[in-house]
Amino acid sequence: MMKALSEKFDPSANNRSDKKTPETTHADDARTVRPYPRAPVRPSAPPMSFSDDSMRGVRTFAPSRRAVLGAGLAAAIAPAVRAGAARTLTVAAFPLVDQIVKDAIPQWSQRHPDVAIDVVMRQYDDHHTAMTTALSTSVYLPDVMALESSYVGKFSMGGGLSDLLQPPYGIGRYRDRYVAYAYDQAINRKGQVVAAPTDIGPGTMLCRADLLERAGLHAGDLQPSWDAYVDAGIRIRKATGANLIGNVKTLKDIVIRGGLGKGQGIYFDSDSNVLVDTPRFRRAFELALRVRRNQLEGRLATWTNEWAEAFRRGATATELGGSWMVGQLANWVAPGTAGLWRAAQLPEGTWVSYGGTYYAIPRDSDPAKKALAWELIEMMTLDPARQLAALKTQDAFPALLSAQDDPSFDQPQPFLGGQHARLLWRDAARRITATAVHRQTNFAEEVVNTELDYVLDDGKDIRQALSDAARLLERRAKR
Amino acid sequence: MRMPASLRLSPKWAPYVFISPFLLLFAVFGVFPLCFSLYLAFQSWEPTGGLGAMEYVGFANFSFALHDAWFWKALRNTLWLAVAAGVPQHLVAIPLAAFIHTSFRRLRDGVVAVYFLPYITSTVAIAIMFASLFSQDYGMINAALASWFGIPHTDWLRSAANIKPAIAFVVFWRYVGFNAVLYLAAMQTIPGELYEAATLDGASRWRQFLHITLPGIKPMIFFGVTLSVIGGLQLFEEPFILTGGGKVDPQQAAMTSAVYLFREAFDFNDFGGASAMSWLLFLVVALLTWITNLAFRSRKGRA
Repeated sequence: MMKALSEKFDPSANNRSDKKTPETTHADDARTVRPYPRAPVRPSAPPMSFSDDSMRGVRTFAPSRRAVLGAGLAAAIAPAVRAGAARTLTVAAFPLVDQIVKDAIPQWSQRHPDVAIDVVMRQYDDHHTAMTTALSTSVYLPDVMALESSYVGKFSMGGGLSDLLQPPYGIGRYRDRYVAYAYDQAINRKGQVVAAPTDIGPGTMLCRADLLERAGLHAGDLQPSWDAYVDAGIRIRKATGANLIGNVKTLKDIVIRGGLGKGQGIYFDSDSNVLVDTPRFRRAFELALRVRRNQLEGRLATWTNEWAEAFRRGATATELGGSWMVGQLANWVAPGTAGLWRAAQLPEGTWVSYGGTYYAIPRDSDPAKKALAWELIEMMTLDPARQLAALKTQDAFPALLSAQDDPSFDQPQPFLGGQHARLLWRDAARRITATAVHRQTNFAEEVVNTELDYVLDDGKDIRQALSDAARLLERRAKR
Repeated sequence: MRMPASLRLSPKWAPYVFISPFLLLFAVFGVFPLCFSLYLAFQSWEPTGGLGAMEYVGFANFSFALHDAWFWKALRNTLWLAVAAGVPQHLVAIPLAAFIHTSFRRLRDGVVAVYFLPYITSTVAIAIMFASLFSQDYGMINAALASWFGIPHTDWLRSAANIKPAIAFVVFWRYVGFNAVLYLAAMQTIPGELYEAATLDGASRWRQFLHITLPGIKPMIFFGVTLSVIGGLQLFEEPFILTGGGKVDPQQAAMTSAVYLFREAFDFNDFGGASAMSWLLFLVVALLTWITNLAFRSRKGRA
């Protein structure tokens, strides 16, 4: 259904009349059968370029270093094809989100033939650094910025993003259409909604069915409690030699998030009191220590070569992560293990989310284009066809409830041996609640990880470790 | 062809025009950030709120930094690495330079170039190369240690005890050639007659090295040590990249002051605190450079 619309964007009249030529639909087929991996680093997409339109998209100002450098580049590589568009909407995005937006351009240009869309892509870290810089100086702001969910929490405190509850946006009336926690996660302390969710990462447990079978287990044996999960790990280790998990921090990170009420913080409460020296953290540390003592973890840092290699060699029996981890494993981490994996809900009825993508509108971007920017966000997040297209091509799990109820949503997952895992994740998505983000959350996470290292590597007492962490955080909490 | 008089630079202005490219670039990329960070050190700032979100807090950032356990931890790491990477650089570079100076004639430039190569190679490339060399299961360093000495595989980059020596080694490897070039240049300025006279007097090679070469290159040792002190205290790229941007750093064992203040700003969102720390680090660098200067000067006085 999207075929005819998905050809490469070109607003000039000649090309628009060619829209239904067979060549273009054929090209589209070639692209959709080879989906891009949702890898954190994907160098294949072109880096950000100072094209003619991106220069026009941002308003001119007193010459800066970038403008001077950019002008030269623009003159060199100005694409003539886009000259037809009267206005340009700039969208800043990171890999895969850029592709999702680009795929929507044909649909957009039918509605607004006079408004071109310029997608400025940077790698994940660079993108968020660039957005921080753009917001802090109010220079080079895009009309729409894609943000990963942890950055939504971080940016929501500064007031640099538009409140989408206000006209001309009015996201409030669509509240019930989004996955509840994804919407709640974008609400800041003042009650403003600073971003619209487009894809989410419901937490899931992935396990190697073949290794479990050799240990006489099935996924259900790992689920009743975290202790059962670790017990199973001991049996898997004995029967197969495989580790339960690549890195025990993954386990700790879930256990400290388990059982949080809606809107509660992980490390701090709403009055900036430190919550680290609590039973929730003690339990997480004790479980981690038990895993380490029984030698059930690979001690591998996530996303490293060793970590990936362990998956390829079947040395890791389970992984706890977002549903998007399946796409990662299938596309580049361990494609050779296809069919051996199964998904299950996380142990002990734990419902947590792993990242997700949002679209936001900067407060200080061009006011004349804010309504258009919102219209694009509406199209990307509220049109089931767009959400399902992103699911199909990029494995982006929809944040739109109606997309999750579409018949085409449920597909057997070949990597999971034909399991209908999306229904599982849909169920999880509807039970997850939003957690409050404190401005020191990143630092708190680092401090807790460090104390966990002391406990696991040097045998530091858990109570001592947590009270040390709490003391270090208290100094910062109210800064 | 002569330029019309109106387009010609008057001799009065020409010097300023000729040096202006540097001055302009220095003003934009040197002076302005310097002043801005000093200003920022006295502000509390949530950067995504825009420039208007700054709030004057006096010396709060400085007192926070001085009472911050991690600031001191990072400083200790930095000093450890500066010594562990810096001292061997000179202890190896001086004999190495003497060896190259006396033993190579025609091949000397080639040998020097090989030692100098790491210095001009991109730090990112070096760090990526060492990251794979240091890899626990598949790295060549562990493979070599295991097959030659039977040492079991070591977790170099993810164990708090091993990451510091690993990074110190990378830094040593990178700068030892640079220092050797410095010392070699200094040795070439020592008149050959001194060595001839010493040989006639029956002085051994070791005596010649001790009493002619070392005093002859002393100014260069001062220069090299000063560079090592400054560079060592500002060490950033190697630990930053080998720890995945500081994020895969067991117990922050490789977190140098420069890495910490970068993370304080960009990961922990505290630009004011980070600016204050960078000025405190500047004071430490200035102090230690001054002490180095003092140490070399007093010896000169004695000699």
